[in-house]
Amino acid sequence: MTNTSPLPFLAEAPAIDGAPEWLALLRRSAVARYGQIGLPGPRTEAWKFTNLNALKALQPVPATGLGHIERPDVFAGLDATELHISNGALSVFSGDVPPTGLEIVDLGDPDTVPAWVSETLGTVAAIDRHPFAALNTAAFIGGVAIRVTRGTMLEKPILLLADTQGGETQGGEAATIAHPRVLVVVEEGAVADLVEVHTGAGSHVSNTVVEVTVGVGARLGHYKWQAEGVDAFHLAMTAVRAEAKATYDNFALSTGARLARNEIRGELAGGHVDYRVNGAYMATGDQHLDTTTLIDHAVPDCHSQEIYKGVLAGRSRGVFQGKILVRPNAQKTDGYQMNRALLLSRDAEIDSKPELEIYADDVKCSHGATVGALDDDQLFYLMARGIERERARALLIGAYLDEAIATIERAPVREAFRAVVDAWMQANVTGADTGGAP
Amino acid sequence: MALLEIENLHVEVGGKPILKGIDLVIEPGEVHAIMGPNGSGKSTLSYVLSGRDGYEVTDGSIRFDGKDLLAMAADERAIAGIFLAFQYPVELPGVAGMTFLKEALNARRKAAGEGEVDAMTFLKLVRAKAKTLGITDEMLKRAVNVGFSGGEKKRNEILQMAVLEPKLCVLDETDSGLDIDALKIVSEGVNALRDPDRSMLVITHYQRLLEHIQPDRVHVLAHGRIRRSGGKELALELEANGYAGFAEEAA
Ligand SMILES: Nc1ncnc2c1ncn2[C@@H]1O[C@H](COP(=O)(O)OP(=O)(O)OP(=O)(O)O)[C@@H](O)[C@H]1O
Ligand SMILES: [Mg+2]
Repeated sequence: MTNTSPLPFLAEAPAIDGAPEWLALLRRSAVARYGQIGLPGPRTEAWKFTNLNALKALQPVPATGLGHIERPDVFAGLDATELHISNGALSVFSGDVPPTGLEIVDLGDPDTVPAWVSETLGTVAAIDRHPFAALNTAAFIGGVAIRVTRGTMLEKPILLLADTQGGETQGGEAATIAHPRVLVVVEEGAVADLVEVHTGAGSHVSNTVVEVTVGVGARLGHYKWQAEGVDAFHLAMTAVRAEAKATYDNFALSTGARLARNEIRGELAGGHVDYRVNGAYMATGDQHLDTTTLIDHAVPDCHSQEIYKGVLAGRSRGVFQGKILVRPNAQKTDGYQMNRALLLSRDAEIDSKPELEIYADDVKCSHGATVGALDDDQLFYLMARGIERERARALLIGAYLDEAIATIERAPVREAFRAVVDAWMQANVTGADTGGAP
Repeated sequence: MALLEIENLHVEVGGKPILKGIDLVIEPGEVHAIMGPNGSGKSTLSYVLSGRDGYEVTDGSIRFDGKDLLAMAADERAIAGIFLAFQYPVELPGVAGMTFLKEALNARRKAAGEGEVDAMTFLKLVRAKAKTLGITDEMLKRAVNVGFSGGEKKRNEILQMAVLEPKLCVLDETDSGLDIDALKIVSEGVNALRDPDRSMLVITHYQRLLEHIQPDRVHVLAHGRIRRSGGKELALELEANGYAGFAEEAA
């Protein structure tokens, strides 16, 4: 049974009556919240650089069915525990018996979830001012909860492939929408790596929420490649809570979708957290890639680092909004943030809004943003050594992006992401028309 | 046949005439020096030879190895055998020195119809040449010119030249910023490359470089023209008297 909500994108959402108590509570408050705030408009400050008119014009139907998901070539050699989310529902789990210390729970079966799922889900991702997170909470039909138990050191990374099948835009078929939901609980002292890959052809909306808790002294490497098709809208909220002495190493690589918003909110809840959110975005054509992050230093003695690099070709547009919040008692906070954008064409654009909001007095925080084109002197220097122009451009862009890619701590993931960058350059820089700029 | 023949070369930068009729012929194996006051157009000449954008040739011609040089792009000129050792070598953050050298060498090999250089052979070749120039393995691993001192950058230029084995080496003030020891190392590096089939155009302000690298001819470039040419004794004379005698001619 489904409800018949008049709210946008909520028609045919799963019914609340009959859901287990914990989920019914979550859903009710999410629907109420979503009803109050509605979708962001042009005056919504947090969305001022990302216009959602094209999204609002859609009347998507829920994506359905469990499709086959192909592992991307760049990860062919990765020895990983593989999970698939197809059209918002958990479809495949590679090892029927998970490695010791790893628990996998299908959120599509909410009646049987263990307490650690029902007690944690919805407590990390705030919905108050986040309509899409509220929408996801009201509408998700499935997804996965992952727990790495206390002290476990996972050898293999978890490779999560999320794919949403859209309608054919050409044929006038309706667009689809899916709400993948993921919960990751890394308990005290545990060590794990999670690689997310998001794909999907055809006209669709992927509205993802990933909630993460990293326990005391635990470590999570969390790497995401957004590789949606050119007709996709990708809206994602990653919400992280890091306890004392936790290490969180995040890297977001965005190359896909016609419009993507990747929002990462981190609460540094215990002292001596090492929190890194780095990333790279590469866009071409009419793509619009938005990265919005919040680093919330709630307690003293934490370290945060954020380095983003963008390459924008064609008529593409990048948005970077990065906020570091240092609350009054978060003394000795050490925070660094930088967004660099490289524009490969005259028609490409970047909006950068770095923001420091500091209420403590004994902190070390810095931020910056740069924007520029390829350097003519560097290009000439390479060519003066006999290197062809296209190759010289590729070398320079590759070197520029690699400064970001190099921050990924897990080597096989780093190499795979390097391969993504190389392939992107092969398709979009080497011999490609990037708007006539040098 | 001369290796390089510059005839009546006129060049403008941003609409401003800089070179106003240069004639210069360099035979294979010859070393020519160009001296001249600041702003006289020495670097401009080196950039026009190597094909940098923004230099408009309004008159004249350059033939290199029998070909029309001005019709070629910068990378084609390098492949044809022109090497410019930059007055201000450019920093390439994120591009490792070894990668850079290998790309450059392979571009040349590809043009010659040869396969890519074998990794071990390449390493040995570069290490051997680097050693004579006092360039360590650690320096080779670093990004090109990033964080290097002025003298180290100039040594890097000579290393590239040694690896790429050009037909014409254009050295734009390779001596400036070098202390006496570095000057010796660099000069020895350059002299090691002297060859009956390789020519050099050495741009400098100082006669002392020319004590190490003995030129066949010395030219004085002032206000966009070669105002005097002579043997190496001309360098000594210039050092003693300066360029006072080369005031701008009436147009
Ligand atoms: N991009 C440019 N735009 C305008 N003028 C330029 C440009 N580059 C060079 N010039 C001018 O051209 C003239 C010659 O410059 P060039 O660098 O060739 O001199 P130089 O002889 O190498 O001097 P130095 O001994 O200082 O290296 C100078 O007057 C300089 O200001
Ligand atoms: Mg000069």
